[in-house]
Amino acid sequence: MSETETIIKEEVTIKFAGDSGDGMQLTGKLFTENTALAGNDLATFPDFPSEIRAPTGTVWGVSGFQVHFGSRKINTPGDQYDVLVAMNAAAFKSNLSMVKRIGATIIINTDGFDSRNLRLAEYENADSPFAHIPLEGYELLKIPVTKLTKEALADSTLGRKDQERCKNMFVLGYLLWKYNRRLDNSILFLEEKFKHKPDLLVANRKVLKAGFYFGETNESFTSRYQVDEADLPQGRYRGITGTESLVFGLVTASHKSKLPLYYASYPITPASDILHNLVALEDYGVKTFQAEDEIAAICSAIGAAYGGSLGITGTSGPGLALKTEAMGLAAMLELPLVILNIQRGGPSTGLPTKTEQADLLMALYGRNGECPIPVLAVPNPSEAFYIAYEACKIAVEHMTPVIVLSDGYINNGAVPWKIPNPDELPPIQVKFAVAPENGIDYLPYKRDVNGVRPWAIPGTPGLMHQIGGLEKEDGTGSVSYDPDNHQLMVKARQAKVDTIADFVPDQKIESGPESGDVLVLGWGSTHGVIESAVQQLLSEGHKIAHAHLRHIAPLPNKLGTILNAYKKVIIPEVNNGQLVKIIKDKFLLPVIPFSQIKGMPIFKDELVSFITKHLS
Amino acid sequence: MAEANQPLEKAPLRSKDYASSQMVRWCPGCGDYAILSQFQSALAILEIPKEKVAIISGIGCSSRFPYYMNTYGVHSIHGRATAFATGLRLTRPDLSIWVVTGDGDGLAIGGNHMLHLLRRNLDINVLLFNNQIYGLTKGQYSPTSQPGLKTKTSPSGLSDYPLNPLAFALGAGASFVARGIDRDSKHLRNLIIASHQHKGTAFLEIYQNCNIFNDGAFSLFTGKETKLDHTILLESGQPLIFGSEKQYGILLDGHLPKRVDLNNRQYSIDDLWIHDEKDIYKAQILARFFDAPGEMTDTSFPRPFGIIYQEAKPCYQDLQEFHSKETMESQSEKDIQELLKGKSSWIVE
Repeated sequence: MSETETIIKEEVTIKFAGDSGDGMQLTGKLFTENTALAGNDLATFPDFPSEIRAPTGTVWGVSGFQVHFGSRKINTPGDQYDVLVAMNAAAFKSNLSMVKRIGATIIINTDGFDSRNLRLAEYENADSPFAHIPLEGYELLKIPVTKLTKEALADSTLGRKDQERCKNMFVLGYLLWKYNRRLDNSILFLEEKFKHKPDLLVANRKVLKAGFYFGETNESFTSRYQVDEADLPQGRYRGITGTESLVFGLVTASHKSKLPLYYASYPITPASDILHNLVALEDYGVKTFQAEDEIAAICSAIGAAYGGSLGITGTSGPGLALKTEAMGLAAMLELPLVILNIQRGGPSTGLPTKTEQADLLMALYGRNGECPIPVLAVPNPSEAFYIAYEACKIAVEHMTPVIVLSDGYINNGAVPWKIPNPDELPPIQVKFAVAPENGIDYLPYKRDVNGVRPWAIPGTPGLMHQIGGLEKEDGTGSVSYDPDNHQLMVKARQAKVDTIADFVPDQKIESGPESGDVLVLGWGSTHGVIESAVQQLLSEGHKIAHAHLRHIAPLPNKLGTILNAYKKVIIPEVNNGQLVKIIKDKFLLPVIPFSQIKGMPIFKDELVSFITKHLS
Repeated sequence: MAEANQPLEKAPLRSKDYASSQMVRWCPGCGDYAILSQFQSALAILEIPKEKVAIISGIGCSSRFPYYMNTYGVHSIHGRATAFATGLRLTRPDLSIWVVTGDGDGLAIGGNHMLHLLRRNLDINVLLFNNQIYGLTKGQYSPTSQPGLKTKTSPSGLSDYPLNPLAFALGAGASFVARGIDRDSKHLRNLIIASHQHKGTAFLEIYQNCNIFNDGAFSLFTGKETKLDHTILLESGQPLIFGSEKQYGILLDGHLPKRVDLNNRQYSIDDLWIHDEKDIYKAQILARFFDAPGEMTDTSFPRPFGIIYQEAKPCYQDLQEFHSKETMESQSEKDIQELLKGKSSWIVE
């Protein structure tokens, strides 16, 4: 056995790629968990085909899991890969262009490169996969993973297919060795996952160890890598996905407000996971309802809110379009409601499993009539919790529907998460109306100083009233067609939403000086890439800053002052320039768009080079 | 829930106590007035506290109903009252919830939600006012309009086939299916009471005359001359007899209904079909008594009124409660923290 050299790395991006059935999501998840326990900061990005079981071996059936980890702050799942694990020729073909040009490692399962796999991946001849790789720049490791897996299971009673399915554990074991990790917590996970299937547990554990020892004993691999612990703030951490983070925010809001949570939804990618997660939380007072369509989902949530629950509905782009009319009803009834929109590529069915930020204008304006609704945007998986909580707080305290925009990139991504203490969150004030003194009529649309009407729920004696989608008379809430009253009510509903700006934090600078050459303004899931790009340019000595919007309607106070403190404002978005329109409209500034609409997150290097052009 | 102090003894509520102070603004002569009045009367008989009643409607003439009731009420959006009521029902088991809808609101734009409400069997009472026309939008045909009907959108006569609401409801798995008519007020009131008493979704179709755009659509069933020969009042345990002199009966010949003349002495009352509300097969045959109004022939059947079908089966929220054991009250702050912590966490020092 030769000496193994250990190289210290500051950050690494690994892409696990294989057939949909190769178990790459699980491999990625387990490697990520191990990485988190090793104390690294990290971000992940799963990437799977929209076909449930695409034909085996084809390029469109490739499923991938990307993890970026390091000993420094990690903001994104990484642009290009330091390591590509390709379980077959199709996975290799579809990911090769994303591998770093120099110094990267490509690990291939040679058993996935037989003539059948090469044909399915549409390679012309057996040599061609590697013909175009400048091999001197790469570390290309050819490992017969399937064969070695079967050898490790030579004495197993499992069938051939079940044996082959263990091959992802060989890869995991090998990478755990390669990154100087411990096997024990991955074994613990397997013991939990297969506690009712002892033969699968034995096999997976055996193959995992075989992968690890293969690294240790094989003479041809001489270098291991070490990524040291990141300097994270003190506290208790766990791994969390954006979806889980959102769900915990909602449940915590329900708990703190003492309002039962009612979540109604219709299955749609990528929002369905929210329903899957909430269904499991019935013990926390959560009631879920899988409705017959998007419209029924939102209408039933409004019905629940009318009855005094925390009514929530969730969907993705096309579903939000269907909910439009009912959002108007919620705005007219002035009832609390939270609408989650986990954006995906559009229009129409678009790119269901790919990410995009193109529903901003729909969220802001996509309703008939003058219909202002507060819009919040989640910047990353960690903060989804706080945004969800705040959305519930605004909805209940200001008696309004609230839209929360997230996207597939945030919801499916995972990060280490500092576990919040619910006691430290601001309280959510709920005031159900009670019967007024004798002789005074109850006025359902009498507003308080913040323009908020009372919440009188059915079952309360003395407060019987009738409300609906027709225009209301100020105060009484009776049907009114009076011209002046209509204008008054339109302005009152707008003023109520505008006032919310005084109840949310003022706009802040994320990083960089308070004035300078360029401000990069973002919203939603571009947070990580903007922060990384700005950090790099700051370290190069540029006068550049990053500001990120969590509130898009109403826009936070002090935003105008910040925008005017820089010579140029650049707005990167995964759409055709939607926030750009809002900022131009509101502040009359010549902002510069950076639009990328590829169903993928923006890459740091591309953003850096775009900004650099505007810095000179 | 907020509860105000109430006097210990209260005078019983009368039907006018359920009327709101709003002026009723349906057209003079509209069938809706009679339904409103019988509904208020039924609530008084049932002694339901006003604050415990929630009436949810969609859009259309019938959907103005909540404004005229001194109860909780929501005039929601077109076709979605059933969906709105679903969320209210799932979160508020204590309320008496009524959906007031029409043939357009409940069977055209809201047909999907109606189907699923009936299928789920939530404890909600649906009053479907069927006037076979769009009234509020001023006279277009509806999904229950009769073939050939001339309306603003079918000037040369309607080519659509009409939906059979009772067959639809039975097909969707409804546990209570009944039909009433605005002109037979006492019968209607009893059906409203029966709807309330039924646990599960009660589907009550009410024929209602629109005297402006579709006047006389049901005159065959209400006219002195024709009513008795063209309608049959269903009563559980009673034979199916009808006619001006109770001279006709209906029996089952195998699986086929047969209309017989009791005067010709070939058949007696003992041969007739006895109405059984709990028999789904018979209910499906009764729902098919849906001949186009016109000349009575030997093969046509009278239109049935009354409870066609009623079945005691668990409703959605009972099943939900059965499946979920714990409630909010049993949870403490610690549990939320445990939830946030998850199964595996670590400390960064």
